[in-house]
Formats: sequence, structure tokens, C-alpha cells
Amino acid sequence: MTSSIPEAVSRATNLMADDARGPALVMRDLHVHFDTDMGIARAVRGVSLELQRGRILAVVGESGCGKSVTAYSILRLIQKPGRIAGGSIVLHPRGRPAIDLTALSENDELLYEVRGGLIGMIFQEPMTALSPVHSVGNPIMEAIRLHRSVTKSQARALAIDMLGKVGIPAPERRIDQYPHQMSGGMRQRVVIAVALVCAPEVLIADEPTTALDVTIQAQILGLIKRRQRDIGCSVLLITHNMGVVAQTADEVAVMYLGCIVERGPVVEVLGQPRHPYTMALMQSIPGTGPARERLHSIAGSVPSLLQIPGGCAFHPRCPWARAGVCDVGDAPALREVRGRQTACHLAGEIAAGLGRGKS
Amino acid sequence: MIPPDPMPGYVSGAEPPLLRVRNLCKYFPIHSSGFRSRLLGQVRAVDDVSFDLRTGETLGLVGESGSVKTTTARCILRAIRPTSGSVIARLDGRDVDVAALSAPALRALRPHMQMIFQDPFSSLNPRMTVGDIVAEPLVIHRLARGRELIDRVEQMLLKVGLKPEHRQRYPHAFSGGQRQRIGIARALIMNPALVIADEAVSALDVSVQAQVINLLQDLQHDLNLTYLFVAHDLSVVKHICDRVAVMYGGRIVELAPTAELFGAPKHPYTQMLLSAVPDPNPGHRMNLEVEGEMADPSNLPSGCSFHPRCPRCFAPCAEVRPVLEPVDGGPRQAACHLYQPIGQVI
Repeated sequence: MTSSIPEAVSRATNLMADDARGPALVMRDLHVHFDTDMGIARAVRGVSLELQRGRILAVVGESGCGKSVTAYSILRLIQKPGRIAGGSIVLHPRGRPAIDLTALSENDELLYEVRGGLIGMIFQEPMTALSPVHSVGNPIMEAIRLHRSVTKSQARALAIDMLGKVGIPAPERRIDQYPHQMSGGMRQRVVIAVALVCAPEVLIADEPTTALDVTIQAQILGLIKRRQRDIGCSVLLITHNMGVVAQTADEVAVMYLGCIVERGPVVEVLGQPRHPYTMALMQSIPGTGPARERLHSIAGSVPSLLQIPGGCAFHPRCPWARAGVCDVGDAPALREVRGRQTACHLAGEIAAGLGRGKS
Repeated sequence: MIPPDPMPGYVSGAEPPLLRVRNLCKYFPIHSSGFRSRLLGQVRAVDDVSFDLRTGETLGLVGESGSVKTTTARCILRAIRPTSGSVIARLDGRDVDVAALSAPALRALRPHMQMIFQDPFSSLNPRMTVGDIVAEPLVIHRLARGRELIDRVEQMLLKVGLKPEHRQRYPHAFSGGQRQRIGIARALIMNPALVIADEAVSALDVSVQAQVINLLQDLQHDLNLTYLFVAHDLSVVKHICDRVAVMYGGRIVELAPTAELFGAPKHPYTQMLLSAVPDPNPGHRMNLEVEGEMADPSNLPSGCSFHPRCPRCFAPCAEVRPVLEPVDGGPRQAACHLYQPIGQVI
């Protein structure tokens, strides 16, 4: 005992200050491969992300861009024939040493502590995420009992409290009901309750509102934002809906064919996209431009993961693509050009062109 | 045989609408389980729906799930038989009540009314080639055979942006957007007057969705099609539709030209629905404080079905069911006591 009390206190406050800043989750150069009969499908190809504490980061892209696989990798939920082929995912819990999730073995005690404890997950389909033969209280109480030493009756009380917090009326009655007795919106609230009951540091929300009506979507997004503020957790929001990104997230990463093509604060990226793919996505949203005029669409469709085009993966569909630049060599790396991180060979030109267009 | 038109606001002298839907109802019985099942009650799915569909227009039918948009569309097509009401189609200068037709007469009418389905994966038979899928309506109605059949299929495939050689392939070889093009080709090969698109672009990614929306608009222009566009995605509806009917609890609560509806929604439900749409412009804030859920169709609230969720609910709303009436004398119609003199209703 050499350190005096004031010293220990100041060290603790320093630690807390460090915790309060700094990222909650850092992903570096993640690669996920699926071994198939027809070859290796490279679903995620070098994704790096930093999830800042208390912030909402949206990962947006079309189906097949690898956004869900990226999210599943964090909880190590990638199953054979898939595998994490490279990279690291490091979780920085408050007041605890960092955990390298990719280095953990499949049945490491720590992995079970992370799943549902330090990291909560909201799955896409509220219809399939819940077991039809268990009452809705069951998965909530299970999560509590796995991560905290409480009695059954305490767990039940906590579960009822949680159901109330996610906006389920009469939770003491609802806790014993089954998923089929609830509407889609109510089921999604249950899934959120399961994910948040242990007050995780990081919440992964994989298309949390995709199957829901706009009114229920608004309720669920509002709920996620409120609970996120209360618990102070960080959220990784996976979605394909630019509207959801604009209305909920602080930062956004746009993915195409397993790579992040543009990244930055939501207001900047959606307000003035710089990567041709982000621009095309924003322009193809109906209802924003003049009615009944032709919509801007992206030529062709997303290529198969087994036949990812060489050079920049977007070049066959890109209106800016330049032969000899975009279709050769490696995919362009994500780099900062004029205050924006984009993965595009022509980023400088595009930014300059947009700047001129503005003035 | 055709009942007199009870709908006010229909201007005589103008070109008659392609479709006049009047007081359409579809009730489903609820039986008790067991050997001697008793009738317990009924689900009032479609409840007194009336609207006109003008030739060449696109009418949107929107609402949350459970607002029976699809059941309404299926009643119009006679995929299911409505309980009451009439669906008067004007085809080749004659009026026919689709709701009352006999089976053979209905069969003769089918080529004029076609449907594009939501799911591009389950709506195509995986064991049929694309050519057979697109040709099937012609074969069933014995409209073409041999070389002519093949020619017509190939022309149709070209029209929807596919290639003639795709005829030999199976649906699994195509992406979601291409499959939806196949579904469109199958619907349009009969040269229909009316096409009902039931969530036709909902399952598609945004870039592909834009391609299919453009295709639907081009085809409408080229082939003089009338669309009934059933959708829950309001931004798509805003883009593609001329007029929009908003449904809640089996009834139309507001019907207005698209620009007016989106510019200044009148019915509180329309207002709630529009406020909940997440705007891709981060500068606009959406309303995250939306109340309640869709009413249970087997147990609809009294009076206006929307009154338990309505922020502007007042005395008559729980008692009297509002009827769809013109607002401010304009083309817009709303079923809401806020816009109706109460004395008249009671």
C-alpha cells in the first residue's frame, strides 16, 4: 500500500475520463470468408470501424454487402462454412481490460460473458428471434440469470421491470404470454428487452425495424434512442434504410461488397455524399425529388461475392469509372480526402468538382 | 343490373372511370372450434370501401399492415368473393360488375385485370422456365401457340428489360430485381387494362427498386395501363401515384391527389403516418412519439376505428362512424368528424 488515497482517486478518475472518451469497440481490417463448393465467398473484405462510446454508428448498404456478417462477427456468431479469416475486434469495457474477441476460443468463458452481457444484440426478425414454445419472459430471465447472481424471483421482478421500460403495457401479465399472442411491434420490444436487460456496453441492432410498419418503426427507433441514452451504451445500427440512418445515427459507414466505401458524420455523408456509390444510393431514394420523373438508378445489380470485380469493386456500375484507373490493381483504400473518408481513386476530383458545383 | 351511382362528386360527361368500387365489404366468419362449430362473429376486413379508378392513373392504397389493403385488392380482382358491394369495370365501352360475375364470365374478364405480386422469390414456380412462366397466361386463355407464342414472350421479355435468350432459364438464375421483371412480364403479356401491383417493389434494394419503378412508369406510358398500387412504403407511393387512398381498419380514411395528401394531410391518421416516415435528409426530424397500434379487425373500436389512437379525438368520435366526404369542396375526401358538420352526421 504505497499509493495514498488521493492518488488512487485521481487515478480512478483518470481511468474514468479515459473510459468516457475513447472507442467502445475497435474493428481492424476484418475479413470474413465463406468456403463454398464454388470457391471462397469473401463477404467482408478489410472492414475497420471504431464505435465511439455513447454514440450510434450506422452501417448501411444493400443486401449482400456484408453488413450483417460484420455485425455477427463481433459476437462470434459466424458459423461454418464461414470463418473470420483475418483482423481483430477489440472491446473496451469500462473499468476492465480490453477483450480481443477474435482471439477468444469458441467456448471461452469470457465469450459467454460478452454475449448478452457486455454486448447485446437485437436480431432482425421479431418473428423468428423468439422461441414459440417459451413465454416471452423466458429469454429475458435467462439473460439475467446468466449474467447476474440473482434468484429466480428477483430475475422475474427485473424482467417485469424491463418489459415495462420497453413500453409493454401490463408487463406483470404479459411476461407469461407467448410470442404468438403479441403483435410484431410488441415482439420487437421483447427482443429489445432481452438485448438491454443486462445494460450492455455495446448494442448491436441488426435491421431492428425492417419488418415493421412506419408507425411502429418510429416507436421502436424512439425506444432504442431513449434506452441508449439511459444506459449510455454505444449502438451499432445495421440497416438498409437511409431514412433510418438520417434520423437515428451520429456517424455512418456505407458498405459495398464487403468494403466500407465512405465513412463520416451522418449530416456530412448523407448531406453531401462523396463516393459515387453513396451518391447513387441517395439519388435512387423515391419521394425526395420531383414526383413522377425518372428515378436515378444504379445500372446492373450487385455482383456475386464469388465474382467480385477487380480494381474498385463498384467500377462496372460507376458512372465516374475511368478505364486504366478504376478497373486495375487492388481496391482503393479508405483514405481521407478533403475532410471525408472515402475509398475512391477519383475522390479528389469528385470532391473538387462538387465544390465547384456548389459555388 | 348496375345500381345507380351513390358516390357524390362524380362528374358526368367526363370519361367514365375504369373501375367504380362501391360499398365493397368483405367479412370473414369466426367459427368456434370443434365438431359442431358455431358462428361466433365476423371479422369486418373490408368495410364499406368506395372509390373510382380513372383510366391511365395510378392510385395508391396505403396503410399499416392489417389495414386490409391486400384483401381490398383481392376482392377487386375477385381472387376472393366480396360479401357485398359492387366493382364496376368499364371494358370495351361496357360496364360489368366484377363482384357479381359468374365463373365463366369472370374467366373471360381475367385477361383485362392482372396482378404483380410482392415476393419475387415465391411468386415464380422454380420448376418452370422463364419462357413458360411468361407464356402461361396466353396458353391458358388459348390466345397464342407455336411460333407466335414464342415471339410474343420474347417481345415481352425485351419490353421489361430482359433478353430473349433468358426464356430458357429458370428463376433461380436471376436476381431479385430481374425476377420482379419476370413477374411484370407475366402480368403484362395479356395486355391488361388494369394492373394491381401488390407491394411490387417492397422486397427490392433501393438501387434495384429505382430500376423497377422506372420500368413500371415507362410501361404505363407505353401501354396505357391503369395501376392500383398497394404499398406500405410512402416514399414510393409519393413518387409513383397520382392519387392516394389511405386505409385504416378496413376503411378509406382519406383519399386525395398525391401532392395535396403529402403536402397537407387532413386526417389525423394520415398525419401520424406521414410524420413517422424517416426522412433521409438529416436536417428534417421525424416524429418518434407515435401512439398505439393498428386496431384489431375482429374487434374494431366503436365510432371511428382510429379514435383510441387519435390525438384530436373529441366527443362524437367514439359514437358515430364518420363517412368519407369531400373536404373544403375540393377533390380531397376524408372520413373525419373534424371536417364534417356534426349536426349533419347525427
